[in-house]
Amino acid sequence: MSIALEHVSYIYSPGTAYEKHALKDVSLEIPQGQFAGIIGHTGSGKSTLIQHLNGLVRAASGKVIYEGQNIYDEGYNMRALRSQVGLVFQYPEYQLFEVDVISDVCFGPKNQGLSQEECEQNAREALELVGFPEKYYKQSPFELSGGQKRRVAIAGVLAMKPKVLILDEPTAGLDPKGRDEILDQVEKLHKETGMTVILVSHSMEDIARYVERIIVMNRGEIMLDGAPGEVFRHYKELEKVGLAAPQVTYVMHDLKERGFNVSTNATTIEEAADEIVRSFSESRS
Amino acid sequence: MIRDITIGQYYPAESRIHRLDPRVKIVCTLLFLVSLFIQNSLLGYVIATLFLGNVIRLSKVPLKYIVKGLKPIVILLLFTVVMNLFLTRSGEVLAHFWIFTITEGGLRTSVFMAVRLMYLVAGSSIMTFTTSPNALTDGMEKLLHPLNKLNVPVHEVAMMMSIALRFIPILLEETDKIMKAQQARGADFETGNVMQRAKAMVPILVPLFVSAFRRANDLAMAMESRCYHGGEGRTKMKPLRYKSRDRIAYFLTLIYIVAIFVVGRYVPFKLWIF
Amino acid sequence: MPTEMIHAEKLIYEYDKRDEEGNVIGSERAIDGVDIDVPQGSFVAILGHNGSGKSTLAKHMNAILVPTSGTMWVDGRDTKDPGELWNVRQTAGMVFQNPDNQIIGTVVEEDVGFGPENLGVPTDEIWKRVEESLKAVGMIDRRKDSPNKLSGGQKQRVAIAGVLAMEPKCVVLDEPTAMLDPNGRKEVIRAVEELRKKKKVTVILITHYMEEVIDADQVFVMDGGHIVMHGTPREIFSRVDELKSYRMDVPQVTMLAEELRNRGLDLPRGILRRDELVEALCRLR
Repeated sequence: MSIALEHVSYIYSPGTAYEKHALKDVSLEIPQGQFAGIIGHTGSGKSTLIQHLNGLVRAASGKVIYEGQNIYDEGYNMRALRSQVGLVFQYPEYQLFEVDVISDVCFGPKNQGLSQEECEQNAREALELVGFPEKYYKQSPFELSGGQKRRVAIAGVLAMKPKVLILDEPTAGLDPKGRDEILDQVEKLHKETGMTVILVSHSMEDIARYVERIIVMNRGEIMLDGAPGEVFRHYKELEKVGLAAPQVTYVMHDLKERGFNVSTNATTIEEAADEIVRSFSESRS
Repeated sequence: MIRDITIGQYYPAESRIHRLDPRVKIVCTLLFLVSLFIQNSLLGYVIATLFLGNVIRLSKVPLKYIVKGLKPIVILLLFTVVMNLFLTRSGEVLAHFWIFTITEGGLRTSVFMAVRLMYLVAGSSIMTFTTSPNALTDGMEKLLHPLNKLNVPVHEVAMMMSIALRFIPILLEETDKIMKAQQARGADFETGNVMQRAKAMVPILVPLFVSAFRRANDLAMAMESRCYHGGEGRTKMKPLRYKSRDRIAYFLTLIYIVAIFVVGRYVPFKLWIF
Repeated sequence: MPTEMIHAEKLIYEYDKRDEEGNVIGSERAIDGVDIDVPQGSFVAILGHNGSGKSTLAKHMNAILVPTSGTMWVDGRDTKDPGELWNVRQTAGMVFQNPDNQIIGTVVEEDVGFGPENLGVPTDEIWKRVEESLKAVGMIDRRKDSPNKLSGGQKQRVAIAGVLAMEPKCVVLDEPTAMLDPNGRKEVIRAVEELRKKKKVTVILITHYMEEVIDADQVFVMDGGHIVMHGTPREIFSRVDELKSYRMDVPQVTMLAEELRNRGLDLPRGILRRDELVEALCRLR
């Protein structure tokens, strides 16, 4: 059970002056239940890539395989795919339109053809999953704060009970606490439901803290793919393409250069602190 | 896709036509459009073709862009041709089958009408291709300036037009994004009857309006914070002043108009039925 | 008459709260008794979560909003005085969050010329200012381009140039980097630095990216319409827990230092930069 791209290429505005290879021969497999991160700066192809995963964008060549089946096969049910592979766009609050929160979240399930009761049931579960307080269920989504709106929008996708959840920059524009809250909630939801989560972000610090695998995109190609520690070891290459490792990675490299006996694999504050404390106690004993 | 719409788009290039004063381009385009209606003869169209062809060549806009701009009117074009071909009854009958009759006059009118329509669109699109939207509104503002005395808010209208032009691509992109986002939530815009499809637009239109109003609000604030207070006391970064090339352009267009008028009306030249 | 660039006394801003029919049902205070002083030529940062009142405060500096009570002086001018409106706006230029919604022109240079046009600056002078401003933000090469073709960071630099062309004494930037990717953020911050050093303008930066305020002379933290913390970046970032209680964060390096302190390493408070931390650790060895 997995979702995979096989030799996928995509070209923007083919045949015009603006022709651009958005994806070049990308192959990638994400097993069910993984928490993966995709990084890359604007224009690296990461947004195009995720839109292939639920069939919103059709590859110029290559295959997208979901649970063993090529989604480009004739007669493949794209709408069913879209409810299994939930995609939350950047600034998802701009898609809200209903009179109250609960009806908005019901939009997805309603499109799946569920009964009113089932819709509401799923909507409530989804809102609970994102930690949205029940007392606002009947409020207009337009009157909520930015962070709350975003939760409602994420719930709108979760209510379709997807097996794969893709989030494009879910923390953009939020304040630091809001960023942490959303990401903590996503992590919790990943643990509770076991769904595959693909997090697209340009914050190395965020990605490093949550995901088990990082895919780095550059100019429409996969540049690096591996565990965070492994990927950030290539921090010099990352810098060359305008990305950077988390600050702590740099601290660890500096310390190593100054003769500290530390591993440079640390990518989070906790890991870095562990390493530094360990090296101090070693040198004292 | 939405981005493929070329009509009303600016094609940036350095050409003699691009450098002309926008007022020249507006006035001359209008004259050209009028010229298509004051005559209806083969020689007249030959002159119009020569004029338009030379302008296109000078503008450095690739011909395929102009042809692409004709795409939206294909249906209209076919409709006109068919209607004129079968419904005009004058002159000798050229062909007749079942209830359809093609006459000399019908063929003639339909061919001329088709050419006229295509030249109308091509002529006006060459103006928008070679004039930035801002220059265009500047030109309009200046040309319509006398209306100010009649209490027509010319400056305000021009400003509104130029802002609309700037935001059209942004809103189109936004529509695309919202559509995709709703599709990701299982929305279906392709199937169903008219009522169902109209209803399916609600999840697109509501967010689009909300966003348009938010943008308008932001923009108004940004303009005010940059001391915008209407047209009064405002200076221009690019004031419009006629140069000699503009006068030459006017002169050439004038010659063209006279030529097409005189030749088209008074030179009896016919090739078969045209 | 106050001589500071920005001087506010007991500033209060109230807005009406309305029910669904639009009837006023009460009022809310977005700013509640703020006193603030920004000396000429300084670099001041204002931090605060979404809804803390920081943007409302910023809008007072440009007379987009006028206080309900209390007074705001910009370069000695009372913003409530309608006769001073355009002078205030010319003195304190403003850059907003959304890069798309503040560019008026359809060509880069025309947008930059928009402000001077409104001020009635003679044509030759406008051209001079446009050129200078675009050079100052490093966007002179794109002067003939359509803003729609620019990246977010480039659009914000154009917006900064648009303000610069009005020759303000002070620039207020209201979350200019919130919608940008890391590269765009860097571009904008570099442009801001440039104008601070070369043009000597007073800069007021509103943000919730902690890394951006490290170089500020003073930092104000807002919460619930009040100023709750005030000091140098070092002072502010030494109070990690307090900052976090206001939904803010500290730079990752500061956080690592704090974590190490908690684990018993004797590090000084308020470490802001990577090299500071590395040096401090080396001294401990």
